[in-house]
Amino acid sequence: MGKGQIVAGCLAPHPPHLVYAENPPQNEPVAEGGWEQLRWGYERLRASLSEHDYDAIVLLSPHWQTYVGTHFLGLPNFEGLSVDPIFPNLFRYHYDMNVDVELAQAIHDEAAKAGLPVKMMENPDFRVDYGTITTGHLFNPDWDKPLVVISSNRSTAYYSVEVMQEIMIELGKVTRKAIEASGKRVVVLASNSLSHRHFTTESEVPEDMSKEHITSHAMHLWDMRMIEYMRTGQAQRILDEMPEFTEQAIAESDGGGLSWLLSTLDVPDYPGILHGYGTIIGTGNAVVEWPCYAHEVNEG
Amino acid sequence: MTSGEVVASFVVPVHPHTVLAPDQNPGWRRLRDAFNDAAQTIRDLDADLLIIYSTTWPSIIGHQIQADPNPEWVMVDHDFHDLGSIPYSFNIDADFAHAWNEANEQRGLQSRCVNYKGFPIDVGSVVALTLLNPDNSIPAVIVSSNMYANRSETTVLAKSCLDVIKTQGRRAVAITAMSLSNRMFTDFIKPEEDKIHSLKDDEWNRKILEFLEQGRLEDVGQLSRTIHRQIRVQKVVAFKPMWWLSAMNGNRNDLTGRILAYEAIHGAGGAVVHIDPTSTGIGDKEYDEDDVEFFHGERGVLEGSDEAEIDQSREAERTDETSVSESGPALWDPTEAEGSVNTDAAPKPVGAYPHARKVGDMLFLSGVGPRQPGTNAIPGGPIHDENGEPLDYDIKAQTHAVVNNVRRIVEEAGATMDQVVDVTTFLVDMKRDFAGYNEVWAETLGTVGPTRTTLAIDALPTPIAVEMKVIVHMGE
Repeated sequence: MGKGQIVAGCLAPHPPHLVYAENPPQNEPVAEGGWEQLRWGYERLRASLSEHDYDAIVLLSPHWQTYVGTHFLGLPNFEGLSVDPIFPNLFRYHYDMNVDVELAQAIHDEAAKAGLPVKMMENPDFRVDYGTITTGHLFNPDWDKPLVVISSNRSTAYYSVEVMQEIMIELGKVTRKAIEASGKRVVVLASNSLSHRHFTTESEVPEDMSKEHITSHAMHLWDMRMIEYMRTGQAQRILDEMPEFTEQAIAESDGGGLSWLLSTLDVPDYPGILHGYGTIIGTGNAVVEWPCYAHEVNEG
Repeated sequence: MTSGEVVASFVVPVHPHTVLAPDQNPGWRRLRDAFNDAAQTIRDLDADLLIIYSTTWPSIIGHQIQADPNPEWVMVDHDFHDLGSIPYSFNIDADFAHAWNEANEQRGLQSRCVNYKGFPIDVGSVVALTLLNPDNSIPAVIVSSNMYANRSETTVLAKSCLDVIKTQGRRAVAITAMSLSNRMFTDFIKPEEDKIHSLKDDEWNRKILEFLEQGRLEDVGQLSRTIHRQIRVQKVVAFKPMWWLSAMNGNRNDLTGRILAYEAIHGAGGAVVHIDPTSTGIGDKEYDEDDVEFFHGERGVLEGSDEAEIDQSREAERTDETSVSESGPALWDPTEAEGSVNTDAAPKPVGAYPHARKVGDMLFLSGVGPRQPGTNAIPGGPIHDENGEPLDYDIKAQTHAVVNNVRRIVEEAGATMDQVVDVTTFLVDMKRDFAGYNEVWAETLGTVGPTRTTLAIDALPTPIAVEMKVIVHMGE
């Protein structure tokens, strides 16, 4: 078995509005479009990776929130109805997804060896969180690749961004190690927004784009600062400024996804590709790809 | 008719251990027994409605109220999935939910009902309803905990709920699904190893319980921010349920508290507490935060112009009490002759008169319309614009608002709605509005039984469609 490989890493946000706006058959509500800039960003991401085959998707979702350790979906298939408890008017999605249990178990075991509290989730009644479903759909609407789904340990809430980042950097390292040991080609996804201050009211027509904008200038400045680091290969600066960013932009990076992603990619010093940026109910969202395939190290 | 009331309140823990694994730890068993005790108390009180404010259902867009009459699914906890699954099928009072939603809007809150198959009822609500209402014999309603809501918003949420309880004459039980200290162990533990996460958390929990046992619920509410900083994980939902529960009990410190159990659940503080509205006669009320009847909003990011208008209106109130409102006559401070009864919870008069005047045991109200205190907004919309052009409006919303304004004035006088003996109603469009007005009347004042006269008139001073003149007999 050859060495496993990370094909690409992506920042792949999960606001359900994007699925709602697309009107896929799995989702019950019907929209008149909306948030095209981001949806086209996802299209460009899919196109960018269409020439690169891979075996599995590893995804960390901030909406599977665990306070006791980090958990992994541990059964081969989950299907059901995902209703967003916050935006149930927009997202009621019938899902049917496969899990790469072998890879999940491998990452779990590596994390346990590193001293992280971890658990496999093996209850068949478990309802997969809507963040996973949303990013899973937008990244791969055919659902033809198995996923590894990792919960978001809420260590930021318990301790601090610094402690969260320490845990997530370790989790990223063991994720990378397990992927390489698996012999598989994998895409890793951090499912989170950037600035995360919402509007607290909703337009009568949720997809009314005349109402959509960032909640404040400060949020915009932070989003652009982080995106600029991504576009210019300065991942380490993102990690360095994560505490300030997370606090001041109320960023969804508090869930650890972005820190974990950058660590899994070994803190890339090459540019990420910005496929799209847009706001969703005031929050800042970017679709970014780190094309690892273009930066493979020739070990021969 | 007796007006509705909160006949009991409960604080209950949220984690699924009490349902799925009570016998794995003696403390979890004691909590389960306390749930059973609470359920029996609720049955003995002959309650007809359970109202749950759940900290494990966060919301962003205002407050969400469950309105599916029979939500069914299987709940699995995100953390404690290995304990098993909890199938549920609940009996939700959708009519109450819709009425509460409407009352929220009338008091200025962002609110909506949710009624979707498969909606994920949160773990706190599932645990509470499963154990407190095991046979589903009592209808329930669940409200979310808005992650951005402050104290005033949460207080108004309770007051709008009380509006409906009183209007519908319900015997309600208010329940907060919440932990005290919510710091869990961040690693996996064996059931027998469970204890409160730290001595500090335990000491704070015991202080909270001491207050609650003394019936000092408002004191706990006013300490909410401090408690949150001291013993709470700083996640999105703060220690705000005590704001709601205290407001549901009239912000009192003289209630009767009973601690049924206090134990650890994976390190967090879990307690079952019964709060009886019976006054103990003790507990001074030190109410050092402003009370609020109507939520003016402090965000309104999407509706910047509206917020500016509200601010402008507030500014006008502060600087010139008789300035002309945007679309109507000047507003006045109510007069204060002997026996006058006035309240900030009712709209300002449009002339020199009080909201009501007491003579002996009789109370006479000035004509009351639907305008909202503070903003002058007209629920259901004005009947014409500033140029006199007719607008479509909702007579039922206006009538509900009139009745709520009447109630606030009546209660300010120390009377109750069931003491209203005579009402004269003025409608500006009898043909269009009588049916809608009559329907709301039947649901509200009609259940009290005052005599009534309904007149068609040409116009009222503000762009409203309905006004009531009310007489109350405050004697036995």
